[in-house]
Amino acid sequence: MKKVLLKNIENPDSALLTEYMRVGGYKNLKSAVKEMTPRDIIDDVKESGLRGRGGAGFPTGMKWQFASMDPKFPKYLVCNADEGEPGTFKDRPILEKNPHLLIEGMVIAAYALQCSRGYIYLRGEYPQAKVILESAIDEAYKKGFLGDDILKRHFKFNLSVYQGAGAYICGEETALIESLEGRRGQPRIKPPFPVNAGLWGRPTIVNNVETFANIPLIIEIGPKSYAAIGNTACPGPKLFSVSGCVKRPGVYELPMGTTLKEIVYEHCGGLVDGRTLKGIIPGGLSTPILTPDKIDCAMDFVNLPKAGSQLGSGAVMVFDDSVCLVKVYERAMKFFEHESCGKCTPCREGTGWMRNILGRIECGRATAEDVDTLIDVANNISGATFCPLGDGAAGVVLAFVNNYRDEIDYHIKYKKCC
Amino acid sequence: MENNNVKTIRDFIEREKKSYASIESTVIPALHEAEGVYGWISPEAIEDISNYTGVSKAKIKGTATFYAMYKNKPMGRHLIQLCTNVVCMVMGSESLLSLLNERYELEPGGMTSDGRFSLVIMECIGACGTAPAMLVDADYYDNLNEKNIFEILDKYQ
Ligand SMILES: Cc1cc2nc3c(=O)[nH]c(=O)nc-3n(C[C@H](O)[C@H](O)[C@H](O)COP(=O)(O)O)c2cc1C
Ligand code: SF4
Repeated sequence: MKKVLLKNIENPDSALLTEYMRVGGYKNLKSAVKEMTPRDIIDDVKESGLRGRGGAGFPTGMKWQFASMDPKFPKYLVCNADEGEPGTFKDRPILEKNPHLLIEGMVIAAYALQCSRGYIYLRGEYPQAKVILESAIDEAYKKGFLGDDILKRHFKFNLSVYQGAGAYICGEETALIESLEGRRGQPRIKPPFPVNAGLWGRPTIVNNVETFANIPLIIEIGPKSYAAIGNTACPGPKLFSVSGCVKRPGVYELPMGTTLKEIVYEHCGGLVDGRTLKGIIPGGLSTPILTPDKIDCAMDFVNLPKAGSQLGSGAVMVFDDSVCLVKVYERAMKFFEHESCGKCTPCREGTGWMRNILGRIECGRATAEDVDTLIDVANNISGATFCPLGDGAAGVVLAFVNNYRDEIDYHIKYKKCC
Repeated sequence: MENNNVKTIRDFIEREKKSYASIESTVIPALHEAEGVYGWISPEAIEDISNYTGVSKAKIKGTATFYAMYKNKPMGRHLIQLCTNVVCMVMGSESLLSLLNERYELEPGGMTSDGRFSLVIMECIGACGTAPAMLVDADYYDNLNEKNIFEILDKYQ
């Protein structure tokens, strides 16, 4: 498959506007603005079948339609570049190497949704991306792709970067909006959804970096050809960030629905020699771990849930038999405890309790009842939290206990790793 | 000196506020700016931001302490932000932590006695494909090992 999202990134100057235009950049913006109505674009995005790449997989065209039906103005367009899900580093190459692709996608979205103001909410941990994005935005203003009269079509869209300061929860769209309003990033109750009442109470469309980066392609090849890429139920190119115990970790652009096996053994060169596979987290730390027998599963929004996990952000974390999974989950729970925003009790307290018990198991001080307590705590968090962070933390613990009970029991019995 | 700091922050807020429908949105960018000016989120920094945004000091402090990356105390000349999340841990960040401790007597959250380095441990910094990784000030370093980490840190005096 020809690369679209990672097109031209081997070119060291790929982030420059001239280089982006040399490979056809901004051509799709021109044709969208000149040949299509906003309504046409929304219809095409709907027909393309594109689903959001930030984790939840919500159909993008539907989100756009809801926003466009709301009569309130102004409307805001927000790019979620918080990329905080551990294991995820797939938006980074777009932000650092292909920023104009993101900008082009956002300007097309702004035209379709009649937004005159947009923000890129960028995580604080990506300082270089900030410099690169701001310079790309400057270039786009100078060329008339951003500003008060884009392509002389009396269409106005202004864009800037808003830098976060290290809070995973700000990736959750309503927490992100709170943060953009200058406050602690604590999620808001839904409904109302951001498409109706988001930033400053106005209709706000929040999409992931990679979602916006897919828009120019839909304009270029049309929704039917787009829908033919990958899995028909959730088509398109997809970025997979693969890390852990493989020979060639990295970001891979492959059709949605590529199997885990192909990703791990063909693209990433398989495991280090002499090692065997112990488990794979397919979509970032908040998605349930899969045992090696699930290796044939297709990586998409439809098949991973059937195998007991989720696509999440497409962050594949591979663990071989040298890794202690109890330790992995103790560390994972430390992450969720640290990142819990504190708004609701089951998540704020429960993540700490789960971390505590896993820590006891890891260091050989746990009893068999501790595992029951762990399951009990996780069950009591599930479904009782305000946002999906707490639920996710409980879900990954339950999947770990269900799938790796032997390893846990071994720790308890022999007070060491197997 | 003091007045220059105040002016920098005031001018920054004046400039930034045009980008948002509410001046409160400038609090987070202004905290970044004030950190650059004062070296950390000092009481003066909070006071200045409060004066020019009209947001209460308590609220600004609440915001500043919510986010992990703001420096809520004075720190060394260089800040080492070492990722210890799952993939970096599996790939060896723990042994790097002990080495930093051996070489500089540096603990997470602490500072060297000469004020050269402060160390904080980070959640995922998005470099899992080239783990273990760290940020030193605003510079990224990945594929760290027990040798190259000190070659890198030698550049920061
Ligand atoms: C705890 C939590 C963290 C999230 N982090 C991110 C993130 O870092 N980036 C992102 O794009 N979406 C993240 N999301 C999903 C967003 O809430 C939202 O669904 C997404 O930005 C919508 O864009 P999309 O439809 O293009 O995927 C997160 C959700 C939750 C609950
Ligand atoms: S589930 Fe956790 S992160 Fe989400 S609102 Fe509750 S405390 Fe905050």
